[in-house]
Amino acid sequence: MSVEVISPGLFTTVQDLGRYGYQRHGVHVNGAMDALALRVANLLVGNEPDAAVLELTMKGPALRFHQDVLVAVCGADMQPVLDERRLRRNRPVLVQSGSVLRFGHAREGCRAYLAIAGGFDVPLVMNSRSTNVRAKFGGAWGRALAETDRLSLGKPGKKNVRLARQLQDRSVNRADSFCEADWFVPQSFFPYPQQKDAVVRVMPGAESELFTAQSRRDFWTTPYQISVQSDRMGYRLHGPELALNEPVELISSAVSAGTIQVPPSGMPIVLLADRQTVGGYPKIGHVATVDLPILAQLRPHDRVQFQQVTLRAAQQAWYEQEKALAELETGIELYLGGRSKR
Amino acid sequence: MERLEFFPLGDAGIVLKLGDVIDEQTRQKIMAISAYLEQQPLSGMTEYVPGYTTVTIYYDPLAWRDPLGQELAYDRFQAALENQLRQLSFSAASEQRVVDIPVCYGGQYGPDLQEVSEYHGLTQEEVIQIHSGQAYIVHMIGFAPGFPYLGGLDKRIATPRRSTPRTAIAPGSVGIGGAQTGVYPLESPGGWQIIGRTPERLFRPEEHPPSLLRAGDRVRFVPISAAEYEQRKQVGR
Repeated sequence: MSVEVISPGLFTTVQDLGRYGYQRHGVHVNGAMDALALRVANLLVGNEPDAAVLELTMKGPALRFHQDVLVAVCGADMQPVLDERRLRRNRPVLVQSGSVLRFGHAREGCRAYLAIAGGFDVPLVMNSRSTNVRAKFGGAWGRALAETDRLSLGKPGKKNVRLARQLQDRSVNRADSFCEADWFVPQSFFPYPQQKDAVVRVMPGAESELFTAQSRRDFWTTPYQISVQSDRMGYRLHGPELALNEPVELISSAVSAGTIQVPPSGMPIVLLADRQTVGGYPKIGHVATVDLPILAQLRPHDRVQFQQVTLRAAQQAWYEQEKALAELETGIELYLGGRSKR
Repeated sequence: MERLEFFPLGDAGIVLKLGDVIDEQTRQKIMAISAYLEQQPLSGMTEYVPGYTTVTIYYDPLAWRDPLGQELAYDRFQAALENQLRQLSFSAASEQRVVDIPVCYGGQYGPDLQEVSEYHGLTQEEVIQIHSGQAYIVHMIGFAPGFPYLGGLDKRIATPRRSTPRTAIAPGSVGIGGAQTGVYPLESPGGWQIIGRTPERLFRPEEHPPSLLRAGDRVRFVPISAAEYEQRKQVGR
């Protein structure tokens, strides 16, 4: 009753929606970089939104299933192959015990999410199953997956079972080792950019007025490039240097996911899932929460253009994303026939 | 209570600013607000993070959404927060914990003690005496899980950071970095001058709360011998 890691991929970790409520103890939030892909993957297999999934980075793992599982993959296209056949993204797939799922390199995007019905059953640490790699706790043994690891799965709930049963009933070719749903979430549901230059919405930060007029113009009009020193903690960006009108010594205070801070080098850093809880550099802006998935799918050398928005616009976009997710959930419920009896 | 200064931190955070400089009065206000939020969290509040001069509060914009679509969730949350905090009196001094942290100074546990003493023209014993001779205030926990930002280092032993940072500093290492002193809860790289090490674990993910220290605590460093360090380390296991 488990999932066996044949090869771990480049950097594969267990993540959920994050570890909130402990930042005052200095504990990082962690969680999926692309929370939207995580939530859709969980929806597709009938999991609760905060179930733990695998986050795959640039090159995915090879996994053997030691039980029948219902899986869904969202996010980057790592060309997953299940027993020699391509596995399509954004739909539930029922997989037979003994099957091997192999991911390759990301053809587009950076991070893929593998959700399995029941979720990955790693211990809850401070109310979350997310991996804190730096502090070595949470997730699977507080680290990225390694060869020969075995991960257990949670017990499937009613929704998981109903989805699996429906797939079984509609399966055309029972000889196959897996059966895919004939319905799926279109890739256009996600906000990922079509071309290389992504646009993310940014609210001006508390210290944005301390930057020179030229720097502010540059920040809002010139694309910045993601540097190779970028990871789950934050992306270091390359582009026009951002200068302050005069040097300031700020007193450290809380920072959040999407905070864009500017150290003395003048090269901005976007803080992300594994960020520290407090920081002392001037904050020129904050990425709208709904656009963090766009950043999560960018890779080193990709470019991003910041677009100035108001707090109102950012929160409005948040509501719209929640509405789209709720509609998706309702759609799945209806398709499954019979309203859920909860 | 006087008018409070608020500003947003992204689209799910609000910063409550209580002063422009790090001082005792500001700290007392932050402690009072933290204690209040701990006991009576607002609905739709995710968590709060005390800082030197601020308390940042994270909220859920969905929980504070205006059903009529007029008002900003931020404004609604701020109004509720302000309303709650108005009743708060800052005179009520909260109970202050004093935490003793045993430290084995110098030797293999404090490889930079010699350098620090030479830099100031003091003996090693004098540096230890000064460092352990007073209580420090925990302003906030951050940088790493359980890492305390301590205030109150004696200027006589303030020492610039090492020119070449170490790639790995052992957990429990006690250091001086400029005018600051602190304890590394986890193994991490760092440029502070390491003058000793504590057998205490500052970060305990399996416990609640997971951090030995909390904002507002007073900390005293108590010198112990290497033998005592080893013994306590054994007991701690």
